[in-house]
Amino acid sequence: MEPMVRFQDVHKSFGAVEVLKGITLDVPRGDVVVLVGRSGSGKSTALRCINGLETVNGGELHVCGEKLHDGKTDLRKLRQEVGIVFQSYNLFPHLTVEQNVTLAPRKVMKVGAKEAKELAAHVLAQVGLSEKAQSYPEQLSGGQQQRVAIARSLAMKPKLMLFDEVTSALDPELTGEVLRVIERLAKDGMTMVLVTHEMGFARGVADQIVFMHHGKVWERGGAEMLRAPQTAELQQFVATDL
Amino acid sequence: MLGLTIDQLLFLVRGAGWTLVLSLLGFVGGTILGLPVALARSSKLRALRMVASAYVQLIQGIPLPVIMFVVYFGLSIGGFEVPALVAAGLAMTAYSSAYLGEIWKGCIQSVPKTQWEAAECLALTGTQRFVHVILPQALKIAVPPTVGFLVQIVKNTSYSVVIGFFDLTYSAKVLNNSTYKPFLVFSIAAALYFVICYPLSLLAGRFERKLKRV
Repeated sequence: MEPMVRFQDVHKSFGAVEVLKGITLDVPRGDVVVLVGRSGSGKSTALRCINGLETVNGGELHVCGEKLHDGKTDLRKLRQEVGIVFQSYNLFPHLTVEQNVTLAPRKVMKVGAKEAKELAAHVLAQVGLSEKAQSYPEQLSGGQQQRVAIARSLAMKPKLMLFDEVTSALDPELTGEVLRVIERLAKDGMTMVLVTHEMGFARGVADQIVFMHHGKVWERGGAEMLRAPQTAELQQFVATDL
Repeated sequence: MLGLTIDQLLFLVRGAGWTLVLSLLGFVGGTILGLPVALARSSKLRALRMVASAYVQLIQGIPLPVIMFVVYFGLSIGGFEVPALVAAGLAMTAYSSAYLGEIWKGCIQSVPKTQWEAAECLALTGTQRFVHVILPQALKIAVPPTVGFLVQIVKNTSYSVVIGFFDLTYSAKVLNNSTYKPFLVFSIAAALYFVICYPLSLLAGRFERKLKRV
């Protein structure tokens, strides 16, 4: 079966700075792939390429069987299939939790009001926030807001979920509740690509860990890779970041 | 009363009424035209941005009394004999649309880029992103500066005196010509302007504090 995401020698530059220097990577369906590395290693950029937030400059990137960035990509169709959750939640502050969750299903998928409400109830239950449907984002803790952001993405019934350092802005005692939601999604078979600094979490949830360094896939493997690094760079990263 | 008859005082109050009418025209017209200006100024299309920017520069580069003259005499040369109220209303519309457009452009741009991005990632169309996500947030930010600008509109309607519109300033001038009490008459006019503008200033300040708390 073809993989959900296939990077083939993908290059990406911002002006004169080349951030991705030839990434080749497969994300099989149902797998959880975790990108780790120092800041500036290109892991967030690689993630943002997957749903077309960044356009690649070279190589080929296939997502859900579609080739991206050949000028014909239907980005709106792609984004119905690929959900993304950001570090800073980015909830819509003027809408209630329920409205945040139902906006896209109603406007994009033309789901009826009643059906949208049921959908919201379902995804909010998935993240354990059923009782917060009528609250506004500012009334919630950071961890709760991030769980709403996850629910908002799930409401579009994506085939693939992207998580961009989703616990980095949270107090340590709030990261657990978010990570547990992601673990449950992994168990349910959701295909996911995560960028995270939570190495313990990465080891537990990942089918594949990808260590990025200087815009390249430096080393990859299962959780055991972090215990026995092959390269000096990963060795150093593991030693300083754990 | 104050050395003026009740009729003379009412004459001034009636002038204040026309000042309010002209202010309302300027604000409504300025809103109808200013919103497209704000949208064009924040557009992705360069040509649209440039046209809107040229309009704003032009209007802001001409003193309001001169705009009044140009509209008034321009219309009459064009064969349209319009009442001074219409000419003044059009001039106020041009004036306030340029400034409101700039104010609102700033409000639209002050909604964080990440909100556009989040909406984009949920597959909303460009229009849906703007209408459902950006605009409601921009409107909230826009309330204090817009109410504050109302004060400018009210005060600047006094320039309509140059084309003979019977507003508060013009009424005061006429009344002074018959009573020869310039200090008294213009002090009363000043008080009436203040009575209109001060509550608006207070309101703007209150909205601003409310916004800061959120």
